[in-house]
Amino acid sequence: MSGAVSATPLLSVRDARVGFSTVRGMLRAVDGVSFDLQAGRTLGIVGESGSGKSVLVRSLIGLVGSGSGAIVGGEVKLDGQDLRGLSAKDFRRLLGRDIGIVFQDPMTSLNPVMKIGRQIGEGLRLNRGLDATAAARRAVELLVEVGIPEPERRAHQYPHELSGGMRQRVAIAIAIACEPKLLIADEPTTALDVTVQRQILDLLQREQRERDMAMILITHDLGVAAGRADDIMVMYSGRAVEMATTREIFRGPRMPYTEALLRSLPRLSDATHTRLSAIPGRPPDLARRGTGCAFAPRCTYRSGRCEAEEPALVREGGRGFACFHPLGGGGGASA
Amino acid sequence: MHWLARQALRLAVVLFCVTLLTFLIVNILPGDVATAILGGLATPEDLAGLRADLGLDRPMLVRYFDWLGSALSGDLGRSHRSGEPVLQAIADRLPVSLQLMIMAQIIAIGIAVPAALLSVRRPGGLFDRLSASAAFGFLATPNFMLGILLIYLFSITLDLLPATGFSPLSEGLWDNLQSMILPALSLGLIEWTVLMRVLRSDLLTTLKEDFILLARAKGLPPWRVLLQHALRPSSFTLITVIGLNIGGLIGGAVIVEQIFALPGVGRLLLGGIFNRDLILVQGTVSFIAVGFVVVNFLVDMLYAVLDPRVRHVRFRS
Amino acid sequence: MSASAAEPATVARRGRPISWTLALPLAWVALVVFLAITADWIGLPDPAAQELILRRKPPSAEFLLGTDNLGRDMLSRIIYGGRTSLIVGICAPFFGFLIGGAIGMSAGYFRGKVDLLAVGFIDILLAFPTLVLALTFVAYLGQSLFNVTLALGILSIPAAARVSRANTLAWANRDFVLAARTIGASNWRILTREILPNLLPPMFAFWLVAVSVIIVAEGALSFLGLGIPAPQPSWGGMIADGREALDVAPHTALIPAAVMFLTVLSLNFLGDVVRNMVDPRRSSL
Ligand SMILES: Nc1ncnc2c1ncn2[C@@H]1O[C@H](COP(=O)(O)OP(=O)(O)O)[C@@H](O)[C@H]1O
Ligand code: SF4
Ligand SMILES: [Mg+2]
Repeated sequence: MSGAVSATPLLSVRDARVGFSTVRGMLRAVDGVSFDLQAGRTLGIVGESGSGKSVLVRSLIGLVGSGSGAIVGGEVKLDGQDLRGLSAKDFRRLLGRDIGIVFQDPMTSLNPVMKIGRQIGEGLRLNRGLDATAAARRAVELLVEVGIPEPERRAHQYPHELSGGMRQRVAIAIAIACEPKLLIADEPTTALDVTVQRQILDLLQREQRERDMAMILITHDLGVAAGRADDIMVMYSGRAVEMATTREIFRGPRMPYTEALLRSLPRLSDATHTRLSAIPGRPPDLARRGTGCAFAPRCTYRSGRCEAEEPALVREGGRGFACFHPLGGGGGASA
Repeated sequence: MHWLARQALRLAVVLFCVTLLTFLIVNILPGDVATAILGGLATPEDLAGLRADLGLDRPMLVRYFDWLGSALSGDLGRSHRSGEPVLQAIADRLPVSLQLMIMAQIIAIGIAVPAALLSVRRPGGLFDRLSASAAFGFLATPNFMLGILLIYLFSITLDLLPATGFSPLSEGLWDNLQSMILPALSLGLIEWTVLMRVLRSDLLTTLKEDFILLARAKGLPPWRVLLQHALRPSSFTLITVIGLNIGGLIGGAVIVEQIFALPGVGRLLLGGIFNRDLILVQGTVSFIAVGFVVVNFLVDMLYAVLDPRVRHVRFRS
Repeated sequence: MSASAAEPATVARRGRPISWTLALPLAWVALVVFLAITADWIGLPDPAAQELILRRKPPSAEFLLGTDNLGRDMLSRIIYGGRTSLIVGICAPFFGFLIGGAIGMSAGYFRGKVDLLAVGFIDILLAFPTLVLALTFVAYLGQSLFNVTLALGILSIPAAARVSRANTLAWANRDFVLAARTIGASNWRILTREILPNLLPPMFAFWLVAVSVIIVAEGALSFLGLGIPAPQPSWGGMIADGREALDVAPHTALIPAAVMFLTVLSLNFLGDVVRNMVDPRRSSL
């Protein structure tokens, strides 16, 4: 993103596509998404549930596909290296060393029958060549780092013996264990108590800064991305519909969907969880998408053209949006 | 510990009912023991005398509690025929039956686990379909039929292994294994089918979990993901089914011991039945049922070892 | 009974048009049933008639499936043996389902103490390895067609009770049952009119499986010499007889074994198909 900087991005994604063949036909979960992420920066991917955020990032690191009948396309480069061309073995090595991932629900993302210390140490032994004792020692250090009290005792416990927030800390320890260059956090706080959400986000942000990792922070809540992401990509119905720096997004969205997301944010004083259903209507059915802008049925600015043609993502002054009638910025993208 | 105490109590109640039921079946049902022992030509006086000797003239419940009392102190009575103490007779033959069942179980698990693991590598693939078909075929093969087929194939046609006769371990491990391999195969080749299906289905469920994705994200190769992360959480139903199938295995052992003339507990029971040896049958059936119940109980406990979540719930609440 | 996997490993898939996986088993079972019914009228030799000079003859034009150790016609014995297997296989689960079904329904409907009692009773029946229990029953009841059926029927009680209990539990809280209760329908009426009809499909699917299990169990009893008494033919007994001459006349054991295998295999196929039709999701018993 951030078009002005022209160094080789850490992560470069071009025209990512994921389709699932279902009984109801081809379901396009991700449909032509492109973005760049510079080292050390944080990209927030924001969109309603079902907009393809998880499928997008999982497809980047080869975690959709096998078995689910998924068709994955597009180009992914990490540090200039084409990931799709790697052998399975090389890809696994790169995945284990350079990319860490934190899933939404720490209830299901930790192995229920393996001790925590071993789950953290596993990647270290495989990717960093540590022996069992060294890996166990490092696991305890990592537990300290992610703020778990009594780390030695915890390392010998099973996930069910920890609270949800603690478990997510463990998941973060696993993700950062091998010093990855890229950390992916897929709705890391959605399944947690409101009271610990902020702590987990702070922890992620601190680790990201200290280790100078790039981070993809996925959330359905623009408010979560607000203070923590440098750039934001808004997704709707499997596509990127707006991309800009966080500041620009909050100062003035160009795409009506982004505006709706902003409107649904709670007021400053309000601490409770955001409800995106505040936007009237529902996202479209991915398996039977018609022509036209996917957001049109819910859009207050739509015109006849919106229903007939699909707006492409256009770049304008370092930011991008997919809309025929963009907000603000005077003119419009209409050719 | 609360949970343990409750389970122990349940175990005791079931054991009591099981022995009582055995006693009732053997004693209520028609077919007079005295006549059976002395034959149709015995005089009424002889019969009455024998009944008194056996204690058959006393009320049934009194006899049951007598029996239970001695059984608890390790005395299951003596066989009418041989005069041998029943418990001794069982103890002599138990190792053969246990060896048979353990070998069968090893064969079954040894086939089922790799087959399930290979199947889920590519669900619906060639191996998956082949193993499913093989399982379906073996499932339709009764163990007595399989025993006969194995004898026909390996003893008669190929002349590789003995068809009958048992070599005890004291005569050397190799001879012993040779005499046990076909019997164990007769049981194990059927049992694996059920185990494979259960494990395969649970593995498929587990493989959809997030922690499997996380394991892959650590860079683990597929076989390590399967073995180290998917197998153990997928094996709980497998354990239950192994426990449940022990009943079938015991029945199968009775048949297989008969086919291959192995001196096990099953053959002891059949001999007792054919000889109308009431005390022997009563003792053997009770022993088998008690053994079965206890093993199932132990299998239940095995959960706690395998699944830390169960351990947590059961032992701390 | 065995738990079997869901997912595509069941050999007979759902939703396919009638295929050979359905047609062949159906044809085989139909043939066995047809011959068992018409055995007396199709000019078969007496299955018990011995002709010792003609013993252990391999299949020929005169004896289509050969003769056994005592020179009896194998074809005739297999057909009459099939009759025995079918009678026991069909009636025993029926008997078990009558009793087990009633126990399971009461347990699932009344819950509480009734349930506890029923589950305890089933626990105790299940505490015996099935074959051992059947052996003991038959040994002391005396060997006859009726007693063998009765003993194997008792063995199918626990499984039937479980299926009906689970399904009753599932149906007893549905709206139409609650509605019937509020308009004052008696328990008996609710059980027989509202719940029972919904129990029949899963019970039928289960019964199909039970038939093949019982046929195998009857074979095992006969094989051990504790099934239907001697001159009357049965598949298990024929296999046991054939075991003695396995080296000189393998057909005496292998032919009845093949017939039994095909029958059980066919029934399993059909059971699979029906089970998938009744409940595509829960295919384990
Ligand atoms: N394995 C799959 N098979 C079929 N459809 C899938 C699969 N995984 C995800 N989807 C579909 O892809 C769409 C996007 O899902 P997801 O990326 O999880 O959304 P988000 O993370 O934005 O909430 C959803 O409609 C979902 O139903
Ligand atoms: S293209 Fe039209 S319908 Fe789509 S967001 Fe823009 S104005 Fe709304
Ligand atoms: Mg998601």
